[in-house]
Amino acid sequence: MTIRWREYPAAGLYDELVGPGGRLRPAAKMLGRRLSKLSDDAVRQRKAAADLAIQTMGITFTVYSQKEGGSIDRAWPFDIIPRVIPKSEWDRVEEGLRQRVKALNLFIDDIYHKQKIVKDKVFPADVLAKSRNFRPQCVGIDPPLGIWAHICGSDLVRDKDGTFYVLEDNLRVPSGVSYMLENRQVMKRVFPGLFENYNILPVDDYASQLLDMLDSVAPRTAKRPEVVVLTPGIYNSAYFEHAYLAQQMGAELVQGTDLFVDKRDRVFMRTVRGAERVHVIYRRIDDLFLDPEVFNPGSTLGVPGLMRAWKKGTVTLVNAPGAGVADDKVVYAYVPEMIRYYLDQDAIIPNVPTYRCMDPEDRAFVLANLDKLVVKPANESGGYGMLIGPHSSKAERSSFARKIKANPREYIGQPMLTLSTVPTLVDSHAEPRHVDLRPFILSGREVSVTTGGLTRVALVKGSTVVNSSQGGGSKDTWIVDETGDG
Amino acid sequence: MLSRVAENLYWMARYIERAENTARLVNVNGLLQLDLPAKARTGWEPVIAITSSGQRFRKLYRTPSESNVVTFLIQDERNPGSIISSLRFARDNARTMRDIIPREAWEEISGLYTTAMQRISKGELRPDRDQYLRTIIRGAQTITGLLAGTMSQDIGYGFLRMGRNLERTDMTSRIIDVRSADLLAEHGGGLRPFETIQWMSVLKSLSGYQMYRQHMDQSVRRIYVLEFLLKDENFPRAVFHCLGEIEACLARLPRKKKAVDIIGRMRKAVSDTDLESLEQRNLSQFIDDFQIKMGGLHDCIAETYFRVSAPA
Repeated sequence: MTIRWREYPAAGLYDELVGPGGRLRPAAKMLGRRLSKLSDDAVRQRKAAADLAIQTMGITFTVYSQKEGGSIDRAWPFDIIPRVIPKSEWDRVEEGLRQRVKALNLFIDDIYHKQKIVKDKVFPADVLAKSRNFRPQCVGIDPPLGIWAHICGSDLVRDKDGTFYVLEDNLRVPSGVSYMLENRQVMKRVFPGLFENYNILPVDDYASQLLDMLDSVAPRTAKRPEVVVLTPGIYNSAYFEHAYLAQQMGAELVQGTDLFVDKRDRVFMRTVRGAERVHVIYRRIDDLFLDPEVFNPGSTLGVPGLMRAWKKGTVTLVNAPGAGVADDKVVYAYVPEMIRYYLDQDAIIPNVPTYRCMDPEDRAFVLANLDKLVVKPANESGGYGMLIGPHSSKAERSSFARKIKANPREYIGQPMLTLSTVPTLVDSHAEPRHVDLRPFILSGREVSVTTGGLTRVALVKGSTVVNSSQGGGSKDTWIVDETGDG
Repeated sequence: MLSRVAENLYWMARYIERAENTARLVNVNGLLQLDLPAKARTGWEPVIAITSSGQRFRKLYRTPSESNVVTFLIQDERNPGSIISSLRFARDNARTMRDIIPREAWEEISGLYTTAMQRISKGELRPDRDQYLRTIIRGAQTITGLLAGTMSQDIGYGFLRMGRNLERTDMTSRIIDVRSADLLAEHGGGLRPFETIQWMSVLKSLSGYQMYRQHMDQSVRRIYVLEFLLKDENFPRAVFHCLGEIEACLARLPRKKKAVDIIGRMRKAVSDTDLESLEQRNLSQFIDDFQIKMGGLHDCIAETYFRVSAPA
């Protein structure tokens, strides 16, 4: 049996490749036909080739395992059927992401300076007062070019009508971009022919764009900026990515103990040649571990005095400390207002409709519809502490009702979306599986957006959990220019 | 190159070398016991002495029996110098440098540790022990060869090579110290054939028997064995040769003067020693002094390259 799109069970779903009646969407036509011509054996061979490529390329993520005595590397679960998005559609999304990140950076800079948006009553003071990621230590600081969120990973989803929504913005230390790059390498090995015949836009200039961005935000005094990547170390689940990006940029991969701050508040790294000055730190450590002098005093991951150096402007931290203030699900709800306030524009990509429990009317609605809505805490990530209404028990709902009433600022409600699907290999046939999309937006002297992004897929039937630690995998994402190949 | 990475490379090489040396030591001592008559058997205590782990051993075991000593040296994780511990340290070091060392080398290091763990229950049994230890020795040599054949011979490789040669110098001098003391030495009286066997085993613990035969053109006698192991310029585990290797690595590094001076003094001490007139007592003193200098060399390297603090 080969893949037969007519029998593909996507009824009631928005599938990215297959439209109503099992008809392939225009941008996916060539891919779909090619796949349907492959025999079962050929499909299995491609799958095996992809697995082998992942193994030999050493694409892994790290999972902590008590049983196996420490952390272990798992191969990255990858599905060989790519997701295809036509360029015309992507251009609009890209524009929307630029707009969004621009507004977010203006917002963060405003919040740490005059707080005009609060004074003008567009953004409630109360939300800010209770923000867990607002850092008083950052007030009045001017990072180069006024940029705080240099690297943003925004999660996009499509609902069953096909509309893209922003689900959340990751402004602290978003990860996943290395898998986006590696997925493409794997696909080129597995389906070289498709790349010859299709107009698939490349993704692999990300590392050089990243380095350009990092150079562009170096302190002005640095003639030839020394850029490093700061990692918490090998036990971090994203260590592979830290090492990969450092290697691709030709930058040193450092740990906290490799750096020190001297009496004049300058940052150095310890090398066999002696102490060498560092100007830009792409840090993959959370704010609270950055500097034991200022934040968590027990942190051994950070560098004592780093905040002194940053405040003095001798070093640029990417992302800037405090950028996470906009990485909060309640703040998220205000992004469309921010875009209007700072840019005088309407948001190009809508938010998922969000009910803010701090608002009495919204709260009443959420409490009355707990069985239909998804309720999320403001400051958790990775799907923790959520209530998924339609799948919840009565006891869970009443417990959430109590929590919301006690602490309305900490919760939002959203309608339950039916995430779009992409055909995914199960044995040698294809079944729909839910996906999301994480593009990455770089902001320096220029703003650049990855071509597509990382498509994560929930490999378990019916599941919408895309996290790799919980049965999620990923797919290559193709932005296809149809104007070229008819 | 980051100091931390240089230090990890240096220690990784030392641990791999240590695992190999320990494996050979245990293996050769086992074979030696089979060759000696009961009254001349040296037993297993000297092996503990060579690894300077007597105190720790006595805390963990009651008697220095074969099975206790072998367990302690091969598989006891409470002994930081055991083969298993050395391989684990080597792997932990390598793990943090997967972007630095060639992939095959990482796989080999990780694989050797896994192999050593899997076969551990057999480590104690004599017929399997030989095979087990040979696997460790061969594995360590494979890693050393892979690194030499696939890694750029840059500064990082220099630290690796320094670690390896320092560890070799260390082991060779320890073996000379302990073996020449507990051997019957020149006052053998009546046990002559067994004395030769013992000196042969010393050479074999450093896989130097064949090269000795080729280059020394002498029968196996204390004086010539010492000459070979201390002063030979070409044998890879001879002290003089190892010091030369370290010196060559330092030559490519900045800020090396202090370390190079120490090496110069060490090499001179070795070449100036008149082994002919050196009584056992004095030989021990000589080796003790040498060991102290070696500690000083390690401290100097660590101070200069691993513990960088003030701006240059």
